[in-house]
Amino acid sequence: MVTRGFTGRRPTAAFARRLPPGQFETDDFPVLAKGPTPEIDLAAWRFTLSQGPRPLASWNWAEFAALPRTQWQGDIHCVTTWSKFDTRWEGVSIDDLLAAAGVAPPSAFLLALSHDDYDTNVPVADLVGGRAMVATHFDGQPLTAEHGGPARLLVPHLYFWKSAKWLKGLRFTARDEAGFWELRGYHMYGDPWKQQRYSDDP
Amino acid sequence: MSAQGPTRWQEAVIERIAPLTPRIVSVMLKADLARHVAGQHLDVRLTAPDGYAAQRSYSIASAPGRPFELIIEKLDDGEVSPYFHDIAQAGDAIEVRGPLGGHFIWRAGDGGPVLLVAGGSGIAPLMAMVRDWACTAAALPLMLVCSARTWDELPFGEELERLEASRADFRFVAAITRSPGHRPSDRTQRLDAPALRELIARWGHVPRHVFVCGSNRFVEGVTRGLADAALAAGMIRTERYGGAE
Repeated sequence: MVTRGFTGRRPTAAFARRLPPGQFETDDFPVLAKGPTPEIDLAAWRFTLSQGPRPLASWNWAEFAALPRTQWQGDIHCVTTWSKFDTRWEGVSIDDLLAAAGVAPPSAFLLALSHDDYDTNVPVADLVGGRAMVATHFDGQPLTAEHGGPARLLVPHLYFWKSAKWLKGLRFTARDEAGFWELRGYHMYGDPWKQQRYSDDP
Repeated sequence: MSAQGPTRWQEAVIERIAPLTPRIVSVMLKADLARHVAGQHLDVRLTAPDGYAAQRSYSIASAPGRPFELIIEKLDDGEVSPYFHDIAQAGDAIEVRGPLGGHFIWRAGDGGPVLLVAGGSGIAPLMAMVRDWACTAAALPLMLVCSARTWDELPFGEELERLEASRADFRFVAAITRSPGHRPSDRTQRLDAPALRELIARWGHVPRHVFVCGSNRFVEGVTRGLADAALAAGMIRTERYGGAE
């Protein structure tokens, strides 16, 4: 349906190819969160891989910082329709995390768990093979609290609510269990190129 | 949910556009959508003749069951908001879907006391909560604190004054940062921790639900202040726009 008088502001052809449907490009870095930004003490920070209630491996901040580092540059897409291009991240890839723990993924799904009681579900296949990391740095600087620091998940090929801020662990689940937004009307998978925003989007 | 669910795009007709402040318009929509819960939003989609489309989310400011009202602040470098300020007229059709959102919401059954803190156009979802609350007869303390640079830039000020005059369990505080207050009860300082602590103490209630909506910078400041005022993070819900470095 054409809107009378609306012309819009088109991205350049090069940008348009990188912009998923329904998104616009912003230079800003918007902040969205369900509640207040938690204050996290690095001295008390712990990151835990678990299978259901059973811990598989866990690291304190110093141990985590000693793991192999990975860098990634590319575009991120938020379900609220902004996209940000050429973002630079550094952290620990999920592959390296699993290798350091000496475990193979015990199931095909997991929940990313946050310090503010947020969680979100991601298939394990979307996290391994160099597709995701636990990011501790953005644009060469330690990740700020508003953007999820000290550590957040980064799964850039899915809508950014899957990249849980203030990450404290990954819990493997036997089934694909809905997380915080997935229980509140948002899509279980969240592919920006398919516009999987809400639960009944195809 | 089927294709008839809240995510199906449908036509909505603009019934009225009216200025609320120098930079914010109220857009009344006629749309055949499900009844909303206070705090929910609509997605709006505008399409150019060549098929290019832009979509944004706007919180619903009207009470559940009433015609949908969106309030839209003009962003000078915006793509969608200038359309509503400069081009759209009553009778024009746009596409909408919703109502959407399941976290930043309040129903009368959720109870109170309720503390709402708004910065600028962030008042929209909180106004829906106030209007929903005003429809319920039971006494339930609700305080709305609105921050704006001047009284003229505060949406719904007169409606809120009238409501405060008619309901003893409603407290309305305007926090005006760049000019004298409009009323003796207005504050003329930023909503920092001491200001929030004093407002809550004078209100005399311990909030059970807190909703904060505005720019990210505003929400960060208020939520840090509320933490200093010993409110538990778990009772505070936020909705933000804009970013941080």
